[in-house]
Amino acid sequence: MMKDVIVIGGGPAGLGAALEAKKAGATSVVVLERDRELGGILNQCIHNGFGLQEFKEELTGPEYAQRFINQVKGEDIEVHLNTMVLDVTEDRRVTVLGDEGIQEIRGKAVVLAMGCRERTSGAIDLQGYRPAGVYNAGMAQRILNMEGYQVGKEVVIYGSGDIGLIMARRMTLEGAKVMAVVEVMPHSSGLYRNIAQCLEDYDIPLLLRHQIEEVHGKDRIEGVRISKIDEQWQPIEGTQQTISCDTLLLSVGLIPENELSEKARVSLDPRTKGAVVKSTMETDVPGIFSCGNVLHVHDIVDFVTEESRIAGRNAARFAAGALPRGKEVLTNPGKGVTYTLPHRIMLEDPDGVTLFLRSDVIYKKARVKVKEGERIVKEKRERLIVPSEMVQINLSPEDLSSLTGEIIVEIEGEEND
Amino acid sequence: MYDVIIIGAGVIGTAVARELSKYQGRVAILEKNPEVCQGTTKANSAIVHGGYDARHGTLKGKLNKRGVELYPGLAKALNFPYQRCGSMVLAFNREEEQKLWALMENGKKNGVEGLELLTGEEVRQIEPGIAPEVTKVLYAKNAGITCPFNMTFALLENAMENGTELFVNTEVKGIKEFGEGLSLFTPQGEFQGKMVINAAGVHSDRIAEMIGDRNYKITPNRGEYRILDRKAGDTVSHVIFQTPTPDGKGVLVAPTVHGNIIVGPTSDGIDSPEDTRTTKAGIEKVDRSASKAVPKVPLRESIRIFSGIRASVEGSDFIIEPSKTAKGLMHLIGIDSPGLASAPAIGEMVVGEIQERLSLEKKQNFIEKRRAIPHFEALSNGEKEGLLKANPRYKKIICRCEMITEGEILEAIHRRGGATTLDGIKRRVRPGSGRCQGGFCGPRVLEILSRELQIPMEEIRKEGTDSKLLSGKLKGALK
Repeated sequence: MMKDVIVIGGGPAGLGAALEAKKAGATSVVVLERDRELGGILNQCIHNGFGLQEFKEELTGPEYAQRFINQVKGEDIEVHLNTMVLDVTEDRRVTVLGDEGIQEIRGKAVVLAMGCRERTSGAIDLQGYRPAGVYNAGMAQRILNMEGYQVGKEVVIYGSGDIGLIMARRMTLEGAKVMAVVEVMPHSSGLYRNIAQCLEDYDIPLLLRHQIEEVHGKDRIEGVRISKIDEQWQPIEGTQQTISCDTLLLSVGLIPENELSEKARVSLDPRTKGAVVKSTMETDVPGIFSCGNVLHVHDIVDFVTEESRIAGRNAARFAAGALPRGKEVLTNPGKGVTYTLPHRIMLEDPDGVTLFLRSDVIYKKARVKVKEGERIVKEKRERLIVPSEMVQINLSPEDLSSLTGEIIVEIEGEEND
Repeated sequence: MYDVIIIGAGVIGTAVARELSKYQGRVAILEKNPEVCQGTTKANSAIVHGGYDARHGTLKGKLNKRGVELYPGLAKALNFPYQRCGSMVLAFNREEEQKLWALMENGKKNGVEGLELLTGEEVRQIEPGIAPEVTKVLYAKNAGITCPFNMTFALLENAMENGTELFVNTEVKGIKEFGEGLSLFTPQGEFQGKMVINAAGVHSDRIAEMIGDRNYKITPNRGEYRILDRKAGDTVSHVIFQTPTPDGKGVLVAPTVHGNIIVGPTSDGIDSPEDTRTTKAGIEKVDRSASKAVPKVPLRESIRIFSGIRASVEGSDFIIEPSKTAKGLMHLIGIDSPGLASAPAIGEMVVGEIQERLSLEKKQNFIEKRRAIPHFEALSNGEKEGLLKANPRYKKIICRCEMITEGEILEAIHRRGGATTLDGIKRRVRPGSGRCQGGFCGPRVLEILSRELQIPMEEIRKEGTDSKLLSGKLKGALK
């Protein structure tokens, strides 16, 4: 069985890519989804705030997903649910396990859109016992919002990632008491609007530069001992306190799920934990594209959609043998920048290129500069840049045509913790 | 009235039960926890030690050697994972090299075959991951690795298939002698047996005390570990020890039968036999020692840290002997390392003692073999197709990290002595033991447990009696 474009993952990235591939002329597009429905993690995100960029209105996660699901239904796109991809090869043979048993599908192009998973207690060396009641925030979100069960009544949240913040509000609304959000960094790792709307509005304390030293309780969690930490991450004596709780939610980071990408021998960037991609979202394995949270963790789904369209469009072009090729230059993170994406940009890109980047710390009155040597190719001013919010900067086809070598992206501004 | 009652369903209790099930007679195992395999058996290095380390002339020396001999046949008959991957003890200097000599001599006296001293250069040919500073290695070809959980479940299932009865949530609170035997008092009522085997692990001294045997004292000793992602699986292919110190065999770096890498344990005397906490100091020690032996061990690929408790005693040999006060009671006390390696031999020895007293008839219809739960991912494509035709539930992947199907989970629940808790499922068929640690599959496994056992979701436990996972339904929830 040969298809033009095989999309692995039926979340927002996969749906966006599939639709765009179809629009760009791919005749046969297949979406492979391991879960029992399309929509991915959006299905458990019943809060609002989705779609401000894409639809200029505030939607919930399921609403946002449904708009794409409806479009997919209206197109001649093949969807396989309950279908697990077991293997992907460099030459784009995809082995799946689903209702039909084990099958192999060959793709002229493949889009990887498998999303990400949460870091766990084992990954952060959480000390103490390993009782019931310690949940990843996203897992708890699924249990509450999709299964209809409460996980506990007195909650501490470790890490201030967006899912943790959203769950602080969500559990409060369900009658639980959120004792505190404990964050090791000097700043939150969630969106500002979520700090305001999920913590401040409900008087939930955010304890920055604090760590959980130990989990108490053997069968079910009974509390946590926390302490303030200094700039060398060492606990400050005398600041220890015990907070009683029956639930601990971990919101300590997301990791792109690139196990399949590795099987296909796609090179990964140690900083993003996702594929190394060109501005077409093509990986270093020809015909294999990557987008969404499997490429790098996004804070806003609208950006995922935007990125998935680039991947889908170019996958269709590749399938038709019409992917433009030309001179490419490297993009490098410079001062103040933890990573930039894409890793390579093509100078003849007819669509222009959007660079995505994240800062290392908070900058006020910031300037983002794209430089070729000492020459400033593009500059953008931002009132405030925080590590938790991705920054975009556009390079027009004219900007691109002025380039001859690799570029560096830097942030200047007043550093602020 | 039972002929024999075994207290404790760890690897030792179930090894005794399985050996005993070759004979006629009524046998029960009492387990205080909701599931079997919840004490020392669930948290150790999973090593089948070669037998060179246990001092010659001790029970440990004898039983370890015999245990290793029994492993291949037992693993084959009962279909649990066992790989004879070999072990290496590293020496970094002359003094440690001397100790390797002594270990080898001790091993030879124990009758261990296949021991060899290799130079650093020789050893780096077959195990390139070890430190360049290593000068000599004691190589034991017969050492291996197993899965203590699946071994215990295999022993239990087979014993139960041959008639052994299992009672979980049945903690022994008191023991009394009467004319023909002993009475055990539990929350599930009174159990009477002609003979009782005390295989209560870290609690075996407390059980002994119940009948007046006050001369045993277990000193709980905690070992902390780290498990690395399967991505790190090719770090080493042998069990890598360092030269032993008075504290024990030290921190090891070893492959697991599931393709992970395990590093640990520490060795710390603690007050409570239940204190399975991990500590910052402990894990730092594990990391430091592991990196000394295998400099490139990718500790950042950690997916779980945990600790286990050894049931150590003074004198440090296994104590396997009849009670001094009650006839028909046998104590198995101080079964710490190499307890897992010795388990099959301990079963054999204890059943020998039981036979001396009860002279049970051999069963004519003993079922020797047990079929393992098919692990979908490990099968060939042809076998996969066959399994999918026979059981469509294998089409549905529940755990994406370890590729575990619904079919496997259903078997884990419905087999003899089957799983009733989330961790029980995890230990039998592994959803939740991969890199996401149940983040995705946890809710699905809960759902399956609830459906299959016909108990509400809120009643499902993680592991222990008080470890319920959900606190109730949401007010506005449909259903």
